[in-house]
Amino acid sequence: MTLLQTHDLSAFYGDFQALFDINVSIEEGETIAIIGANGAGKTTFLRAVAGVLEAKPEAIMFDGKPIGGMTPHEIVHLGIALVPEGRRLFQSLSVEENLLLGGHSERPGPWSLKRVYELFPRLEELRRLPAPSLSGGQQQMAAIGRALMSNPRLLLCDELSLGLAPVVIRDIYACLGSITGQGTTVVLVEQDINRALDASARFYCLQEGRLALSAPTKDFDRAALTAAYFGL
Amino acid sequence: MEWLNTIIQGMLLGGIYALFAIGLSLSFGIMRLVNIAHGDFIVLSAYVSLVVSQGTGLDPFSTLIIVVPAMFVLGYVMQRGLLNATLSGGLLPPLLVTFGISVIIQNGLLQGFGAYTHRLQEGAIETASVRLPGGISIGVYPLLVFAVAILSIGGLQVLFYSTRLGRAFRAVSDDADTAELMGIDNRKLYAVALGIAMIFTAIAGVLFAIRTNFDPAAGPIRLILAFEAVIIGGLGSMWGTLVGGVILGVAQAVGAALNPTWQILAGHIAFLIILIVRPSGLFPRTRD
Repeated sequence: MTLLQTHDLSAFYGDFQALFDINVSIEEGETIAIIGANGAGKTTFLRAVAGVLEAKPEAIMFDGKPIGGMTPHEIVHLGIALVPEGRRLFQSLSVEENLLLGGHSERPGPWSLKRVYELFPRLEELRRLPAPSLSGGQQQMAAIGRALMSNPRLLLCDELSLGLAPVVIRDIYACLGSITGQGTTVVLVEQDINRALDASARFYCLQEGRLALSAPTKDFDRAALTAAYFGL
Repeated sequence: MEWLNTIIQGMLLGGIYALFAIGLSLSFGIMRLVNIAHGDFIVLSAYVSLVVSQGTGLDPFSTLIIVVPAMFVLGYVMQRGLLNATLSGGLLPPLLVTFGISVIIQNGLLQGFGAYTHRLQEGAIETASVRLPGGISIGVYPLLVFAVAILSIGGLQVLFYSTRLGRAFRAVSDDADTAELMGIDNRKLYAVALGIAMIFTAIAGVLFAIRTNFDPAAGPIRLILAFEAVIIGGLGSMWGTLVGGVILGVAQAVGAALNPTWQILAGHIAFLIILIVRPSGLFPRTRD
């Protein structure tokens, strides 16, 4: 069953067009990667799906219903959660309060404070600390946990590996399995191509706001990816 | 002993200044709204209490049963219908709009009630006092106002740190865009926030009007006092606001004891000194 589908999705920052006619289709339960160079429109795509940017209603179909132009908080209630680039934890809230706030929508589902602590045991030890006192990797775990607390059907992850040490990145990606194991559909946006391709079944490559290549990660032409990535 | 008496009276006076400041502090802390009409809402609450009191024969304290919900609804509707539209355009649009609201309230009150001064009558409690050893006499009413200020701020601390709503307020104050991504309807939350700010504005208005004469033009000076208490205490700190009110009150009382014409000036001078020494206030919390 198709969970998310975009039809000629375009997005703008003021007069600047950042996405051009993107057509993407994601099945329920899939993990897909969106890769591309800096400024290719990866983050813009996630922000459009999450409702931060304007879009035509039919340009984004979620579970068969048009959601383009809805506000971000309405979209969270439908079951889409974003782990934002740079984590964006609430600075004056403790770790646990950040997680509880992620559950503000009170969507029913498998994820709870207890389950998030099972996934990231370190967070339970740190739960009373203010969010800014955590290390980068711990903050990323808290940001993922916070997004899971809304029990999303579709989890959008923006640059999970940004600014983290390789060993920490490995730990975080190791947890993705537990998330997809719940049937959650995951979209990974990454600059770290190999990391993203390892964790996903299919990928889309964006280039300057346009879809340049779409292929399964198991079997694709490296030269075609290089061409799509760099626009050679 | 005379000085101790002066300082105690000043501290108690600070209670009403802290109450003036709570609503202003809340709306700035949560949605960065500088409400220029805040002082006029204090005065408006006093007039609503006056009308209710005259219409029903209730005493001013009892009119709070009507004034508080009425001001909550007014705050909610005003934020939802008007002020939310101004928040995305920077600091200036809300300043201009609330300045306009201030003009409208003052002239509306002038039209409806004339320029006469009014006062709410609460009876014997206004003049009752308790005598302490050493010849110090404390008014029961100022003590009551001070206690209300402490209870109000304590109640807000519980709201902010122990409830789901308070957590959402703090998150929105930190990062409104990300809060929206967590499923919070910021616009609705802002409306609730101004509603809650108006609850404290209503309480402040009624308590102030029992003690002091008011007229349609009494708002702006209350706004300045509220601003000063908030800035002295540090933006976003509720207990700081109480301290700010107390400092203003003590400065005024000491100024008045030296020379009765120095009362108001002494408060402003204390404010300016603290602004120079600690530009971000004594206990700043809010970051921009």
